[in-house]
Amino acid sequence: MPEHRVLLRNHLGKDLTKLDEYKKLGGFGVWPKWVAQGPAAIHNEVKAANLRGRGGAGFPAGVKWGFLPNDGRPRYLVVNADEGEPGTFKDRYFLEDDPFRLIEGCLLTSYALNIHTCYIYIRGEFWRAIDVMEKAIADARKAGWLGKDIQGSGFDLEIYTHPGAGAYICGEETALIESIEGKPGQPRLKPPFPANIGLFGMPTIVNNVETLACVPVILEIGADGFNALGTPKNGGTKLVGVSGHVKKPGLFEVKLGLSLREIIYDLAGGILDDRELLGVIPGGSSCPFLTAEQVDQVTSMDFDGLKGVGSMFGTAGIVVMHDGTDLIDVLKRVTGFYRHESCGQCTPCRQGTGWLAAIVEKMDQGLADESHIDLLIDACTGIEGNTICALGEAAAWPVRSVATRFRPQLAKAIAARSAAFGS
Amino acid sequence: MMGSLAFSSTSKQRIAELVARYPRKQAALIPTLYVAQDQFGHLSDAVMQLVADELELPLASVFATAMFYTMLRKKPVGTWHLQICANVSCGLRGSDHLVGLVQDVLGIGPGETTADGLFTLEIVQCLAACGYAPALQVNKKDYFNVTPDGLKALIEELRTQRTEKSPETEAAHA
Repeated sequence: MPEHRVLLRNHLGKDLTKLDEYKKLGGFGVWPKWVAQGPAAIHNEVKAANLRGRGGAGFPAGVKWGFLPNDGRPRYLVVNADEGEPGTFKDRYFLEDDPFRLIEGCLLTSYALNIHTCYIYIRGEFWRAIDVMEKAIADARKAGWLGKDIQGSGFDLEIYTHPGAGAYICGEETALIESIEGKPGQPRLKPPFPANIGLFGMPTIVNNVETLACVPVILEIGADGFNALGTPKNGGTKLVGVSGHVKKPGLFEVKLGLSLREIIYDLAGGILDDRELLGVIPGGSSCPFLTAEQVDQVTSMDFDGLKGVGSMFGTAGIVVMHDGTDLIDVLKRVTGFYRHESCGQCTPCRQGTGWLAAIVEKMDQGLADESHIDLLIDACTGIEGNTICALGEAAAWPVRSVATRFRPQLAKAIAARSAAFGS
Repeated sequence: MMGSLAFSSTSKQRIAELVARYPRKQAALIPTLYVAQDQFGHLSDAVMQLVADELELPLASVFATAMFYTMLRKKPVGTWHLQICANVSCGLRGSDHLVGLVQDVLGIGPGETTADGLFTLEIVQCLAACGYAPALQVNKKDYFNVTPDGLKALIEELRTQRTEKSPETEAAHA
């Protein structure tokens, strides 16, 4: 089996929402050693581990932490648990089944960065996750792992959950900050970056759940051990979610650097009903789609391994489509999503996502011809690079990829719809 | 005018706990709106005014935030809020059949509520359960790998529970 489990432990049959069980598996075990070595040692170890941000962008976490200015202002750690990128369902695991791993990651990170308040922003639909995290925070506090003078170290930390309310855009870090402040989730212009002016105007680090869950692992096995699990500049393992037309959809953990084929065929059991592969979304629906031929060219699934095929590793939320897939139907769901989730702040995105959805709607109703594919591409060009945040690209790139890489199939589908329903 | 509308003592206590988490009162707005929604069912203008008074915020700030977020409900929903994910992964695994089944069994389409006020159907965006598709959320509870037969049985079960309040809707929200 090509799986390698360091983070994912749901096969052990333990109830890791209980602090005792978590500690039995070594939980909070690294604390005494690293407190003795001090905050800078932790920061250096994480930097050396090449931990890339697991929220999708893949920015090195240790480098991001280094952007905090040393000016005496209070600092915040914000955990991005607004998991909502279609195809992605990995952070749910930590929040619902292994909450202390996240708490331990927050504790070690906060200690390293001299932070005393941490907010975990959890998407509103994750009702159960919020309950589990609230209870875990209370239990950790009772046991002296949060609160004042943690384990006699003199270090103080409070962690609070904060619920989202059904807005995908709040996964963007500055929109998330606005949302915690009680405002509509509209992204801020950068600079200034959150590391300087973030939550409540203070220096703020925003990290993804899985990123922070890796921190205790790094401090246990060391930066060298973590690097050895991955590929150059890509330390560690990665949770990958496979969904869509596969025989065994689900959540897996692999060393960074497996081939995309291994994940789809060896882990997820291959294509449903043994049909032919049509295409794959490799890292959440904001990533350009790959054709079956391109899938074979992805020999290293890591943050650098998809540049050659013009896509992204993203969240490693892999959506597989077989040859019976109706591409117009898929486009309808994708464009409908971004139209619904555009925050409305920038005209190219607010209007453009509506146009994309409207053009696809026409295709679906049999009222389009092949020229509408060019219209789609044109609308994508109008959105890309013209917005404050990356939602514009997130909406345009998947559409452009289908319009260009799957043009023959899409044209065929358009013609079939016109013949069936068109006037 | 506002006489009949007031937060319960439980809600008041919960809001005080929430406010204590932040250096600014406005940061407690979204969680407070959930407290209000749990008590009153949805966020009417009067409820938003109540929240504004409680957090000492302009009504416009409360309104702007409430309007932005889908889960902050401006309209009432039925006792059982059937939320079917229809994003890509759930679509590939047959979520349309679930929508069709609700239409057949309950006679309601997306955004509609049954005449007896028991069920509301809503199509929602990705619930982050793509590997367990199709996914459904009823009020605050998740259902994964949902089949049309399973949904049919669930609807019948919920119908018989019409007078009970589901335990999950009573769970305190953070």
